Amino acid sequence: MSFLSVTEADREAMLATIGVGSVEELFADIPQGLRLDRDLALEPALSEPELVAHLEELAGRNSHTGSELSFLGAGIYDHYVPAVVDAVLQRGEFLTAYTPYQPELSQGILQAIFEYQTAICELTAMDVSNASGYDGATVAADACYVAKHVTGRQRVVVTEATNPQVRQVVKTYAPGFGLEVVEVPHRGGTTDPDEVRTAAEGAACVIFQQPNFFGCLEPAPDLAAAAAEADALPVAHVDLISLGVLEAPGNYGCALAIGEGQGAGNYQSYGGPHYGFLAAKSELTRRLPGRIIGETTDAAGERGYVLTLQTREQHIRREKATSNMTTNQTLLALAGLVHLSWLGPQGLRELGETCMALAAYAKERLALPLLFPERATFKEFAVRVGRSGPEAIRAARAQGVHPGYALGRDYTGLDDSLLVAVTERRTRADIDRLAEVLGA
Amino acid sequence: MKLIYEKSQAGRRASSLPRPDVPAVEVPEELRRAYPPRLPEVAEPEIVRHFTELSSRTFGIDTGFYPLGSCTMKHNPRVGERVVNLPGFRDLHPHQEDEGAQGALELMWRLQEILAEVAGLDAVSLQPAAGSQGELTGLMLMRAYFADRGEERDTVITADTAHGTNPASVTMAGYRLQRVGTDARGNLDLEDLRAKVDGRTAGLMLTNPSTLGLFDEHIAEVAEIFHGAGALLYYDGANLNAVCGISRPGDMGFDIVHYNLHKTFSQPHGGGGPGGGPVAVRERLEPFLPTPTVARDGDRYRLHYDRPRSIGRVRGFGGPFGVFVRAYAFIRLYGPGLREMSETAVLNANYLLARLREAYELPYERLCMHEFVLSARRLKREHGVTALDVAKRLMDYGFHPPTIYFPLVVPEALMVEPTETEAKETLDAFVEAMLAIAREARESPELLKAAPHGRPVGRLDEVKAARRVVVKYGFEEHPDLSAEPIPTPRALEAQKGA
Repeated sequence: MSFLSVTEADREAMLATIGVGSVEELFADIPQGLRLDRDLALEPALSEPELVAHLEELAGRNSHTGSELSFLGAGIYDHYVPAVVDAVLQRGEFLTAYTPYQPELSQGILQAIFEYQTAICELTAMDVSNASGYDGATVAADACYVAKHVTGRQRVVVTEATNPQVRQVVKTYAPGFGLEVVEVPHRGGTTDPDEVRTAAEGAACVIFQQPNFFGCLEPAPDLAAAAAEADALPVAHVDLISLGVLEAPGNYGCALAIGEGQGAGNYQSYGGPHYGFLAAKSELTRRLPGRIIGETTDAAGERGYVLTLQTREQHIRREKATSNMTTNQTLLALAGLVHLSWLGPQGLRELGETCMALAAYAKERLALPLLFPERATFKEFAVRVGRSGPEAIRAARAQGVHPGYALGRDYTGLDDSLLVAVTERRTRADIDRLAEVLGA
Repeated sequence: MKLIYEKSQAGRRASSLPRPDVPAVEVPEELRRAYPPRLPEVAEPEIVRHFTELSSRTFGIDTGFYPLGSCTMKHNPRVGERVVNLPGFRDLHPHQEDEGAQGALELMWRLQEILAEVAGLDAVSLQPAAGSQGELTGLMLMRAYFADRGEERDTVITADTAHGTNPASVTMAGYRLQRVGTDARGNLDLEDLRAKVDGRTAGLMLTNPSTLGLFDEHIAEVAEIFHGAGALLYYDGANLNAVCGISRPGDMGFDIVHYNLHKTFSQPHGGGGPGGGPVAVRERLEPFLPTPTVARDGDRYRLHYDRPRSIGRVRGFGGPFGVFVRAYAFIRLYGPGLREMSETAVLNANYLLARLREAYELPYERLCMHEFVLSARRLKREHGVTALDVAKRLMDYGFHPPTIYFPLVVPEALMVEPTETEAKETLDAFVEAMLAIAREARESPELLKAAPHGRPVGRLDEVKAARRVVVKYGFEEHPDLSAEPIPTPRALEAQKGA
């Protein structure tokens, strides 16, 4: 095996030092009846070239965004990942390090996460960010756990226009948390603040998405205010890429800002690994889940960074911890930091404007009835295609175009609707092609 | 070293973006961003230098030996990085139709099958994002299983040697925690266990080999006690690297297993993540698995959602797919030879143990599995040198320290896991360093107290960081912590690693 360095001679010498006659004897503590008396029934080992050929064959059977013109979004987006992101992530020191338990050996990754936390706080206008969560769905469950402990309440509210997978994960976690989940329906593509106000009575938090799952711009400040009036924590699920043009949740009264970070720095990768971000106002700091990096000094007054506020965490607080989280998504969050540094404030704004303009052009150009014609949108919008969504997708894919996500998968009555996403990687000509394919 | 924000200059940028020929659109005024976020304004050369310098201040497996106990810091084969970046994997949208993702689905299906075989169980969900989420998923499966049977059980038992994630997961799953002790040989205390298991017990969470690096010799009796009371056994796969192809959790009596793909199957740890925490279960628990899983019909593969009694979804999509690609690649390079991987891991650990047991105290006089725990208790008593001091001094010798202050049942614990990928010369060099440090503890303890030397920073004040909370850059208002009075920096003698 090419990853093992112990030679036959090494083995003999090591066994002699240990004082046993064979490797077998090292397993003497495992009762005989529990030992596997055969080889694992796995296919024979492959050499590296054979392995690569096998995986190239598997990869070659997937339609990816380089082989198919794609307008798929619905939570994961084909944004451009700059080359400098790949270059940084290939640094073996970052790639092969683990959680920075020993700060003197880990100042680089610690400082990088501190810079990531700063970027997330700047984008969301929050005071504190953790070092990342698993993804955009689990951070919503994390937010509910924070809200439950802060408010002592046993109900959470999620808007129906929030990403269905986010809602599903919240519902999976809720019984263990002792929480009931209530959904507020959308009205013509966005959420009515009055309905939120009523639902928020006695609730721990209200989670809404901006832009929402349909791509529509919610009256976010009004939703946050409606939640706050009922003393429920307003939680905004936001798209980092939108925050150069859309107002930051911390500036319209949200207590927590969460979301899927993939669009900033990560490839689509069939759904992961990506990172979820979770940021909050300072009063929630000591209730937050996950790693947090803090600044401090050494004896010489030299600035340095450490894992901090660890008394929240499972390895110290055990069953009273704010979360069970250990491994997070640091490398993916680092990719986010590098992408955001590459963009800068001006680039992020331009990126948002470009996506929005292209999406607006697509809305016009498709000449199909919009599902929610009254609503402003960001980079995604819903159209009626005059037949079932899956059928329209099949027909378009036969012509090399993936036209979008079938909303009938999650919403009754929307069987004829597609959610179309447009990123900066799509051109005017691409959109014209989509119009041609969907019009046919 | 400056923060990237401190290198920022108004007007600089690295990005170039398309400006398509389409009309601009305005955001409604009440939703428009009023002030731009203060992201760094830097050109690309500065970005590359900045992150290269940060990487040079980061210790990874690529840098050197990293025997962080219970974290399985083994070499990460680079072919994993090559194959994960194949466009058919990297640029595959998770909502792609099943027909357009056959290769990815086949890979996931094959991985499910492999993991079931390694665990000796029947069905697998790849969805959980990390080991701790795998734990929580396992406990949710217990809840769903007992609810379905109409049984009310409210307690889960963990060992006093358990990772902190176990008790934290118990609480998050809505269970009451009960702890069971460890006997003189480092096994679960069977008498204590018998007294605690009853009709309220939903199950046991156990790492085997334990965090002491010891295989529980009574595991068959333990399983009988729980199954006899109608309860389930959960296997925390953190230490699976010891027993692949040697002994299977399902054969030991466990009903639910989580794997750590980033430990056993070598997904690079990435400075803290990503990980992968699939779960495997016995047939009677399969109806409750998270959806979707991958099913095969003839030679076609599809995401399978039809599981009415499922606990639901625990994360987005089918799981961390890139982690699956690397883990699958790793396993295919070994094939049934995975057994040799575990044997070598156990050989390396026992060799280190044999050479270190005289200089440091060994709390349990047994052969170990893939890791072992020493105690610096004697050094502390006789020379005032702590496990923390030993750890810091190891850095001067070029090694990453072991996990320290864990498990909690061993005072001044040093938990060493060499993994299978280290050469004997590396292990010998580590031994020499550990022996030299034990000598230094007697002869010049101040050398250890002042360690590490020559790093970008000395020991950092962790207490100050927790009291004077600075968790982001404050731009013009950023506090100058060095100006605040510094007593001796207080590094917490608390668990570091595992």
